[in-house]
Formats: sequence, structure tokens, C-alpha cells
Amino acid sequence: AMNYSAKDEVDGGPAGPPGGAAKTRRPDNTAFKQQRLPAWQPILTAGTVLPTFFIIGLIFIPIGIGIFVTSNNIREIEIDYTGTEPSSPCNKCLSPNVTSCACTINFTLKQSFEGNVFMYYGLSNFYQNHRRYVKSRDDSQLNGDPSALLNPSKECEPYRRNEDRPIAPCGAIANSMFNDTLELYLVANESDPKPIPIPLKKKGIAWWTDKNVKFRNPPGKESLEEKFKDTIKPVNWHKAVYELDPEDESNNGFINEDFIVWMRTAALPTFRKLYRLIERRDDLHPTLPAGQYFLNITYNYPVHSFDGRKRMILSTISWMGGKNPFLGIAYITIGSISFLLGVVLLVINHKYRNSSNTADITI
Amino acid sequence: MDCSLLRTLVRRYCAGEENWVDSRTIYVGHKEPPPGAEAYIPQRYPDNRIVSSKYTFWNFIPKNLFEQFRRIANFYFLIIFLVQLIIDTPTSPVTSGLPLFFVITVTAIKQGYEDWLRHKADNAMNQCPVHFIQHGKLVRKQSRKLRVGDIVMVKEDETFPCDLIFLSSNRADGTCHVTTASLDGESSHKTHYAVQDTKGFHTEADVDSLHATIECEQPQPDLYKFVGRINVYNDLNDPVVRPLGSENLLLRGATLKNTEKIFGVAIYTGMETKMALNYQSKSQKRSAVEKSMNTFLIVYLCILVSKALINTVLKYVWQSEPFRDEPWYNEKTESERQRNLFLRAFTDFLAFMVLFNYIIPVSMYVTVEMQKFLGSYFITWDEDMFDEEMGEGPLVNTSDLNEELGQVEYIFTDKTGTLTENNMAFKECCIEGHVYVPHVICNGQVLPDSSGIDMIDSSPGVCGREREELFFRAICLCHTVQVKDDHCGDDVDGPQKSPDAKSCVYISSSPDEVALVEGVQRLGFTYLRLKDNYMEILNRENDIERFELLEVLTFDSVRRRMSVIVKSTTGEIYLFCKGADSSIFPRVIEGKVDQVRSRVERNAVEGLRTLCVAYKRLEPEQYEDACRLLQSAKVALQDREKKLAEAYEQIEKDLVLLGATAVEDRLQEKAADTIEALQKAGIKVWVLTGDKMETASATCYACKLFRRSTQLLELTTKKLEEQSLHDVLFDLSKTVLRCSGSMTRDSFSGLSTDMHDYGLIIDGAALSLIMKPREDGSSSGNYRELFLEICRNCSAVLCCRMAPLQKAQIVKLIKFSKEHPITLAIGDGANDVSMILEAHVGIGVIGKEGRQAARNSDYAIPKFKHLKKMLLVHGHFYYIRISELVQYFFYKNVCFIFPQFLYQFFCGFSQQTLYDTAYLTLYNISFTSLPILLYSLMEQHVGIDVLKRDPTLYRDIAKNALLRWRVFIYWTFLGVFDALVFFFGAYFIFENTTVTINGQMFGNWTFGTLVFTVMVLTVTLKLALDTHYWTWINHFVIWGSLLFYIAFSLLWGGVIWPFLSYQRMYYVFISMLSSGPAWLGIILLVTVGLLPDVLKKVLCRQLWPTATERTQNIQHQDSISEFTPLASLPSWGAQGSRLLAAQCSSPSGRVVCSRWESEECPVLPLHPGLPHKARYGCCRSSLEMPT
Repeated sequence: AMNYSAKDEVDGGPAGPPGGAAKTRRPDNTAFKQQRLPAWQPILTAGTVLPTFFIIGLIFIPIGIGIFVTSNNIREIEIDYTGTEPSSPCNKCLSPNVTSCACTINFTLKQSFEGNVFMYYGLSNFYQNHRRYVKSRDDSQLNGDPSALLNPSKECEPYRRNEDRPIAPCGAIANSMFNDTLELYLVANESDPKPIPIPLKKKGIAWWTDKNVKFRNPPGKESLEEKFKDTIKPVNWHKAVYELDPEDESNNGFINEDFIVWMRTAALPTFRKLYRLIERRDDLHPTLPAGQYFLNITYNYPVHSFDGRKRMILSTISWMGGKNPFLGIAYITIGSISFLLGVVLLVINHKYRNSSNTADITI
Repeated sequence: MDCSLLRTLVRRYCAGEENWVDSRTIYVGHKEPPPGAEAYIPQRYPDNRIVSSKYTFWNFIPKNLFEQFRRIANFYFLIIFLVQLIIDTPTSPVTSGLPLFFVITVTAIKQGYEDWLRHKADNAMNQCPVHFIQHGKLVRKQSRKLRVGDIVMVKEDETFPCDLIFLSSNRADGTCHVTTASLDGESSHKTHYAVQDTKGFHTEADVDSLHATIECEQPQPDLYKFVGRINVYNDLNDPVVRPLGSENLLLRGATLKNTEKIFGVAIYTGMETKMALNYQSKSQKRSAVEKSMNTFLIVYLCILVSKALINTVLKYVWQSEPFRDEPWYNEKTESERQRNLFLRAFTDFLAFMVLFNYIIPVSMYVTVEMQKFLGSYFITWDEDMFDEEMGEGPLVNTSDLNEELGQVEYIFTDKTGTLTENNMAFKECCIEGHVYVPHVICNGQVLPDSSGIDMIDSSPGVCGREREELFFRAICLCHTVQVKDDHCGDDVDGPQKSPDAKSCVYISSSPDEVALVEGVQRLGFTYLRLKDNYMEILNRENDIERFELLEVLTFDSVRRRMSVIVKSTTGEIYLFCKGADSSIFPRVIEGKVDQVRSRVERNAVEGLRTLCVAYKRLEPEQYEDACRLLQSAKVALQDREKKLAEAYEQIEKDLVLLGATAVEDRLQEKAADTIEALQKAGIKVWVLTGDKMETASATCYACKLFRRSTQLLELTTKKLEEQSLHDVLFDLSKTVLRCSGSMTRDSFSGLSTDMHDYGLIIDGAALSLIMKPREDGSSSGNYRELFLEICRNCSAVLCCRMAPLQKAQIVKLIKFSKEHPITLAIGDGANDVSMILEAHVGIGVIGKEGRQAARNSDYAIPKFKHLKKMLLVHGHFYYIRISELVQYFFYKNVCFIFPQFLYQFFCGFSQQTLYDTAYLTLYNISFTSLPILLYSLMEQHVGIDVLKRDPTLYRDIAKNALLRWRVFIYWTFLGVFDALVFFFGAYFIFENTTVTINGQMFGNWTFGTLVFTVMVLTVTLKLALDTHYWTWINHFVIWGSLLFYIAFSLLWGGVIWPFLSYQRMYYVFISMLSSGPAWLGIILLVTVGLLPDVLKKVLCRQLWPTATERTQNIQHQDSISEFTPLASLPSWGAQGSRLLAAQCSSPSGRVVCSRWESEECPVLPLHPGLPHKARYGCCRSSLEMPT
């Protein structure tokens, strides 16, 4: 008798005899309760959808063409310097016993790059989005929290402590920071052997919010070295975190932009990261004139163990970012399909009307 | 003999066989029986505490949690949550723990509150004061302290505190009046009788001196059955043994009326009272939608498991190369390395399960529950279903079956009180072939063939007159009607008949009896009252005649008759018997049987309820015999019912037929309309009634269940006498099948099936023959199948002479036939309860026969006509709403989880999530929950009026049309397609390129956020496309939830949240919005995601429109033509009055119109806002025009 309800008994049954309560029981005559709220009742008929299809077609195709053209105007050059091919100048750096290795790759720009040019490094087959990797960091430590500095999060295992001292910055991401150095030289002309170094700007490559809010050095007035004195550098690093950019205080420690860029894990196993900016000099001269260049690489970063590749990319940028033909083509395709569907629907609609007028009447 | 039986019982009890002892002994006033009678064994019974609450303060949390986790869905989520806690999983336990916690908490709070209310009610009940007799004095105590055996005093208008044996009342005749409104809803006053030997005990001292034991059965829930006996010990003699029946039992919950006070002894207390036993939970009914939802869930579980399996296997295949498993940049910890491979694989499998578990969201259950619960209010709020007369609206007893109302294929309806008013009016009576019509009824009414009617004034001679008066007396005496005291009690005291006496208010559980007594009052005989076992009637000469009421052989539905034995003042003993013709005629040995029979049949054909009246004069010896027979049957403890029935059989025979009465039961208003509409909706309507065939079929004709064109097939006892059941069945099936073959050929629309319309009439006896399992094995085929085949091809079936259980049998038969149709049973009386409980949906009509049906039903409505709106409008709405809800939920979760699955292929099967934890958690809880909930409460794909006007739209959703596999697969594939679009769209936008203006790169969280944003937009807009009814609430919720998503994302990414250990979402959303390609991508992907669905919708509507869509088109074009009356293309939907008129007036239009005319304009009446006359009138006028 669990469902027996004493309340019924008190009230005189689920519905007592009709009486004085009858008036209050009458439901309210409100639009909501009677389900008669005023409403807009749209229906997707061919008539309403047809114009939409045409409009989509008419809007999408020009946008697509615009994007496509923009994308095609972007200059981009990719140089693979992994060095797995024996002919490659960097092949010598592959052997594990070479500690610090430098190699040079020559390349030619057939067209000049105008405006700001962006220098990226690209890695392939590098799973920065692996779960174990993604979580292997301590955001509090990077945010300058002194307690997290000395006691990093467990997520950083097995890169949490070394020689009984906390690693700063801890975790797999920091530990595997990209440490090749790339330098770019323009061969002024065939005769002059002295190449002109292209000025590469280190700052402005990381998100502003990352650099200024999310990443912070531990607080205090003492020097960076002093702040990190109880910590140890990551296992794979050659330099400590406070030596990342000894020349510029504002680009050293956790707020080193190369470091910040690396710490933003990429979405896909083939990715590129911004390395340096080549700023436009003036309107008269192209930033990178067409001609012979060579790339000086300090080859530190091993990728061949996991079948990875390393690239250097130079690219200009438009209002919609780098070179990406996909969006333009997609827009043009969808626009065309939409337009085509509009035509098909128009035909069907027309036929249907003709047939339905007779069919419906002779039901 | 009795004592020995008692002793054996007691012995049994002593032997410790309590479990099967089915009687109990109660010592009145806790007094030991005198020595020598039997041993005094004090027994323990529960106290009178009512406990309806489930929980106590202490056990609430564990018990409630246990109850909640018994639900399979909750348990599933608990397991997922625990897995997340135990192993290292990609998502934090919060993502599944928070929603689960929310659901559990809300449910617990709701249940806790309900239980608190129950506690309060219990306390109020248990503490209300009760008067006891203790040592000859009146004592007040709390109700809960009452024990079995206590003697209790109850005053007028008080409720009985427990089940009592009625010892005495302040009335000299030892009766009291009781209403049982809160038990079974019958507000009429019932008379209960005190035990003969104790009815003289009027004071406390008297009662206290009583020395008696009561032996009765153990408590059982049937309110109307009670068997027991009382042994009263006098000082000298052997104990006096008296039978106790339900007339001596006063039930807890009933209220004492018109009696100053009574004394009673408590026999059942607390949770053992019949009322408490009656509130047992009913078996849970599950709707078809719920069943298909569960099937879909299983499919999704399979998908989930196979996804996890595929990923686990692929992971290990992929990892087989060590540099992939553990590259130098991403080393494992020592403990991870040392873990057993199989353990690792299993953990990985579980982790994938956790990652993909959102495909079955907790929130779906919550939303479905909320939708059902909130949605059911629309039924109770409906003004159209409110009955002014009764002052009552519909009741919703369960909200689980709302959508089932839209799926009904068979309706089983009771006749009396459901199709008819159950408001009986006495029409005529036939005495020995002479017909009498009361003046009042026929005033102003010209009777169709008055030639055959002898009016009351023409007296048929002395002998006839004697018979006539005997007949009237019989009607006056043979009933269980009560007179409402306060109205004419005083008038009768004087011998002079005052005019007020005419206005005596009669109360009876059967309206027929009231009609008869009132009718005979108009013919000159007034029943005044029952006083001290004397029935007083006022005859034509205004003299009071008194008859001593000796026995009442009460009515039951098996015998279908009742009798009284009375003794006139002159000492003659009569037995008057009244009952159905079939049960009277076989027992008649004298009288003008043929004339009466023909009249009865004639009346039955007219749809009147007929009763035959017979009598028998008993010699004193005969009476003595009968009395003994009855007494022995009544005292029997076992098989009392059966023995009584045998005794009645013995007594009620060799009768003399007096005549017959006819009572009209008017059809309920709009019953015919409703049935017609329901039939048009493709629902088969069966009438199940206890009435006889002629009456019932007349009602069926009146309510248009049968039409003139209907060919009636009979499967009745009469026919079975001529032919064997086998032959009859085969003949019928041949007739029906021949025609159904031709029917399918020439009718596609289903509207013209009326051409070959069959109606089947079957009676209870024939049915039991069919249902009986065959003895000769199944060699010659199964009658049931054959019978079902016939039924399926009949548009209407009438089952008459049905016993209540047979009604349930029929429902069961159809319910479990091979198509498993959804059945609905509707009825108003206690005899319909079994079928109401049996059918998929049980509807009670809040009627005159008490509330039992309404209480046991799933929904209760005041009138039969309300069924139309209930099914065609509410049922239809609920069905489309919930089916969209279910499908949409699965769709949006496929959209949600499939990209995660795809992402595994790009992250080394490492269970990396694509979305941030907050998004994972809130997707189903807040970003996409409200729009679908509101949709599922508000959606109206066509207007209420259209649904009411065009019942055929109901066929569109028949057979669970919106949740078929085809539809389900479409939705799932749409989800998969959308997921592919979102994921690969984002993939190609992001792949190896920059999307910002400053050359900076985005990471994996931006990628996930882009996919998520596109998904939330698409999924919400998809719902917007499905919404046909945009009220301001829908606008608010749909656009509001999109805005909420954006606002939340801005906030979530805009602050470094100190309580989070990670800041991965910091500025991700904002920086994404600052990128042009992201915007372009969002627009593109949303468009692509929605395109196929839009295309499918438009094409289906154009090429294969359903009836609903046609109606929508008409409505739509109509609303357009309101704005642009000069629409150049006069499409067929826009053929409003003016355009139609124009067409009609043209010579070519004439042909079109005449065709419509011949087709009964099936298309045009759908046109809203246009009076019928205008449309039809146009057609007709055009026909009259000369060419």
C-alpha cells in the first residue's frame, strides 16, 4: 500500500462532490493555457525556399570567388629541412652523436613578397594533440603562481621533478619545446659573396593575452635567475627558462614568446607555428625581393625518430589569413549547388502545380 | 457445528500456521470469551496509524538514492561517473557527475517535498481525535492509538477512523446512513445495518457490557465484499451466531450521515483498512513512444560500444610502432609503462566509452519527463473539456501516456453512461400487453403510433386492474432506492399526502431504479420510505400501504435481476422480481409472455432499456424454506457467494410475469459527432455493453456507429443455435474478405471505405465460445484468429451482453493480436474498470455511477464528446511533440559526439576531447535544452481548429509514423552528415594554414570551439526550421539560447578562472571571432549542415505530401492570399470564396464543381475562416445554372 495517499482522504477523495469549489476549478481562459498564443506559422514550401536558394547562390559565389582570388594572391614558400634525403645539406645532423649541428639550405624566391612576411616552422607527424601531451602542463605555474612553481601539478608527470627539484616549466609540452634556430640571408647578387641578413622580429608572434595575462613570471623584484633558483630546467632543454632571451627582460622566462607559441598545442598532427616576423620596410621596396636566399639552421630538434618532418614557411597574409584555397572553393561549390537546386526546385514546382491542379481535384 | 469449525480454525492458528490462516478473531472490547467457548488468544494487529509516506527523516537519503538508481538510465550514468572517477579518463568526472547530480537532486527534492506533504497529511490523520469506550466511559484519544477490538463511537458527519462492525446506532431500527464519496465517489447515502443482537445497545454502558467475538476474513481490498460472523455470549445460553456482511461493515473513509451517532467495533485498522489496501499502485503502462525510445537507446548503446571498440582496436594497431606509442617528446610515466597490456586495453575501452557516452544524454530523460509532466497540464487547462454542469474538467492521473493518445487504433467504449447520459427517464410500461405511458413524459409529445397504446385512463377490467396495481406495487417495492430524508421525511408523517411528497428525492446506485420509482410515482404509486423494515407506499387513493420487507435478493450482474420478499398487511407474502428479459422469461410459468416479449423487443429496437417484472405468491411454508436457504447461505464463511447464488436460483423460479418497463437513456450530446470523427480518424470503435442486443444496436445506430449502409453481421447465441460456430465464422469471414479484396482495389484514400461497411454484433455467450480453448486441438484452425480477421475488416463492432471481465478479455484479445494495435477503453462505471486497466490507455468518464472508473483510469473526462479533442488535438500534438523531441535528441547528440569520434583519428586515438569540459557539460544541459523543451510543449504543426475539423489528419501519425526505423535512420544519418560537415569543414579551414590577420596560430581548443559553435548554431537552427508555431516564447528561447551560448563563451574565455587548474579556454572564443575565415566558415558550414534537411523537407512536401502537409499548404497559401488577394496563380489552396465563385461561374468551372459535389467536397471543408454554406452554396448554385 505504498502508493496510498492520505491526502486524498483528507481532501475527501481525489475529486470530491461538486460544490462550492466548482467555480475555482474552471481553467483560466488565457491564450497560453488554451494553446492559442499568437504565433507566426512559417512553412518550408518550395515557394518560400526557392528564393532562399537563389539568394544563397548569388551571395556565396561572389564571396567564394573573392576568397579564392585573395588566397591565390598570397605568396607562400615551404622549405623542408628535415634532411632525411642523403642529398640534403642537413643530412649530416641526423646522426645522434652530433650535438650541435648547423646546416644551410639555399632557395630562390621567384616572386617578391610584399607587405609583412611571416616566418613559420612546421612539424609533421608530431602529435601535439595527444591527450597525454595536451594535459601535461601546469597553467598555474606558467601564470607565475609561486607555490605551483615549486610544486607543479601531477599532470606534468613524468616531467614534474628532476633530481628532486621541480622542473620549471614542467610537463611534456614545455620539455619538447622546438629549439632549432633559423636565420635567413638574402644573397644580394651572384658576385657579392656577403649575404645580407634579413631582420627577424621575435616579438608579436604570441597572442597578446597569452603574453600579458596568461603567462607570467613569478612575482618579485629579484632577478629572473633568482626567482627560478629552486627549480631545474626541463630535461631536454639546453638552457634554463630564464636564459631563453637574455637580451630582453620582457621576453624572458615564461613570457618568452617562442615558448608561449609552443605552449599553444596544435589541433592536428601536421601544424605550423609562427617563428618570426619580417616587417615591411617601406612601400617602395618589397619585404623580400625575388632572388637567392639561404636559410641557416642550427639543427637541434630530432624528428626522424617518429617519422616527422620539419619545414620553414615564409608566407604573406591577407585579410583572411594565409593561403587556403578550401574556403573559396567550398563557397563557390555550395553557391553553385544551391543555385542548381533552386533551378531544379523551380522545375519541380512548376510541374507539380500543373499536375496537382488536376490530380487534387480528381481524388 | 459452527463452534467446531471455529475450534479448528483456532487450532490452526495455534499451530503457527498464521500465513495461510484467512480469518481473524476479534474480541469485542478486548474481553475474553466466557470459559468453555474457546481459548482466548490475544492477537497482534497493526495500530491505526496510517503511513503513506515512503521515507523517514533518517532513511530518506539512502532509500531515495537506491530508488533512483534502480532506474536503468540513472544507473548507467552512475557507472559512467564511477568509471571516470576510478580510471584516468579524457573528461573530468564533473562532466557526467554534474548533470547526474542535478537530476538526482531535483528528483530527490521533489520526492522529498511530496513525502513531507504526505507526512503532514498522515500526522493530521493519525492525530485526529476519536471517541472510544473504555470501562463504560467515553474517552478521547488520538486516532493512531486505536486498536482492533476497541469500541468506537462516531458522531454525525464524522469520518470512520477504521473499518468498523456496526453494533448500534441511535436510531431504533439499527440503521445508519453513510456516504462513500471519498472511497468510490458515490455520493448517495447508503444504508448500513447494525448487528441484530446489539442494535439495542444505545448507551456507553450498554455497549461496554457486550461480550462477543467476531470472526472475519483477513483484510482484503474489495470494498464491497465482507464475510464474517459474530458470536454474542449471553449469560445463559450458547453464543448467538450472526452472519456479518458488507452491510454491517463501516469502512474507513466513509462519512456518517443523517444519524446522530453509532457504536462500532474496530476490526481492521491502519494500513489494513480496505481503503488503505485499495490504494495499491496500479501496474505501470508504457507508451509506444517510450518503447521505441528504448529500442533506439539500445541501438545507440550498440553504436557507442562499437565506436569504443573500433577506437580501442585501432589505437593498438596504430601504437604497434613504438615511436607512435611513446615518442621522445611524450613519454609515459613508469607506472603507465608497467601496466598489463590487457588492463591497459580495457581501461582504454572504458575511456572511449566515457568519451562517447554523451551520445546517450541524461538530459533526454529529464526533458522527456518534464515534457510529459508539464505537457499534461494543457489537458487539465483545456476550457473546451470543462463541463459546466458538473463543474469539472478533465483529470490526468498519469502523464506517461500523453503521446499514446495520438496513437489510438481501437476504442472500446461502454454504452451506458459513456455514450448515453445515464440519465434515465421512464418511458412506458407494459402490463399484460397493455401499454401505459406516464402523462408527464408524453405531454406535448405526439407518439408515433398511438393506436397501439392504451392510455392509463382506459382501465382493462377488474382482473387486469388487480394485476396492474400489483405491477405498480412491484415496481414500488422491488428496488434498493432510498429517500433523501430531509426532503420528504416530515411530509409523510401525516397521513395526508401533501403535494410536496411528489418531490421526494430518490437516491440509488442505479439510475434505472430511480427512473422507475419516479415513473411509477407519476402513475399514482409513490414510494415513501423504508421505516423499521416496513416499506411505505402511497397508492392512488392516497392511502399508505405498508409492506414488511422480509428479504432482499440483491442485484448482481451475473443473475441480472433482483428480488424482494415482502409481507403485506394482510399477511400475504409476495416475491417481486425484476430483471433483464433474458433472465426473467425462463423463470416465468404464467403470464402473457408473448405479448410482453414482443413489446420488450420493440422497445429494445428503439433503444430503450427494458426490464421485466414478475411476482410469485409465497405460502408461509415456502417462505420458511426460502428463509432457511438464505440464512444458511449467508452464514457460510466459505463460498458464501456461490451458496447465495444457488439459493437465489432456488427461490426465484416459477414466477408469474406481470409486465415490462421501458426506460430511455438519452444519448450524450455530440456522441454521434464524436464517433463519426473518430471513425474518420481511422480509429475503430467498438461498443462493449452489458445491455441486450436490440437496445445496444439501436444506440449504435443513434450514435452513427452503424449507418444505414452498414451491413450487419451477427454472431449471436441465436444464430449459433441454427449453425455451428465453425460455419458461422467461416461464412462471415468469407463475406467480409470478399469485399475487403475489392475494397483495397478501388480505394486508396481510405475515405471511401464507407462504401462497404460492415458492422459486427457479437454477444457474450458467443464470445466465450470463441475464447474457449478448443478441445480437439488446433487441427481445424483457431477461431480466435478467424474472429480477429473478421473484426479487422469491420468498421464497427458491437459486443453486447458482456460481463465486466469479458470486456477486458476483448481488449486483451485485440491488444495482443498480431499488429499489436494501441487500444483505448473508455467507460464510466465500476464494470468498466477491468477494461480500463487492461487497455493501453484507459479513460474514465466522470459520470453518475461513481468515480471508480475515473479513479482507475489514466485520464478522466467529463463527457464522451471530450474524447474527440483529447485524441484528435491533444493526442496528435503530444505525439508529434514527443517524437520530434526523441528524434531531435538523438540527432543533436550524434552531431555532438561524432566529431569527437573523428578527432580520435587525428590525435593518435588518445581520447583527447575536441571540446572543452564546460562545453561538454553544458551542451545538453543549457545550450540546446530549452528550445527543444519549449518546442515539445508549444509546437502546433497545424492549428487546433483544423485538427478538430479534419479528423483524417490523425491517420498521418498512426502506427507510430514519426518514430519508424526509416525516420530514425534519416535523423541519425542527418546527424552523421552534419558531424562530418562540422569536423572536416573545420579541418580544412585549419589545416596547415593561418587564419588570422596577424599571422598568429590557433591551437586545438580553437579548433574544437569552432566545431562546437557551428554545431550549436546548426542544431538550434535545425529546430527552428522544424518549428511551425513561433510564439514569442519560442523566439525568446531559440534566440535566447544562442545568445546565451555566445555570452557564456565570452565570459568563460574572458577571465582567468581561479578555481580551474587549466586556462586552456582563455580568450579562445574571442580570438576565434576575430578571424575572418572562422566567420566565413561558420556561415558556410551552418548552411551546408542545414541544406539537405531543407531540401528533403521541400521535396517531400512537393512530391509526396502527407495530408497534414497539404492542410498546412492550404493554410499557408490562405494566409498569403489574405495579404495579396490578387495572387496571379489561383493555386488550389487559395481557392477562397471569391476565386471559387469566379471559377464556378465560368462554364468550365461547372464541371469541376459538380465533381466536388459528388465527392461531398472532401477537400474544401478544410478551408478555414470560410463558412460552410458559402462553399457548398457555390457548388450548388453553379449546378443549377443553365449551360
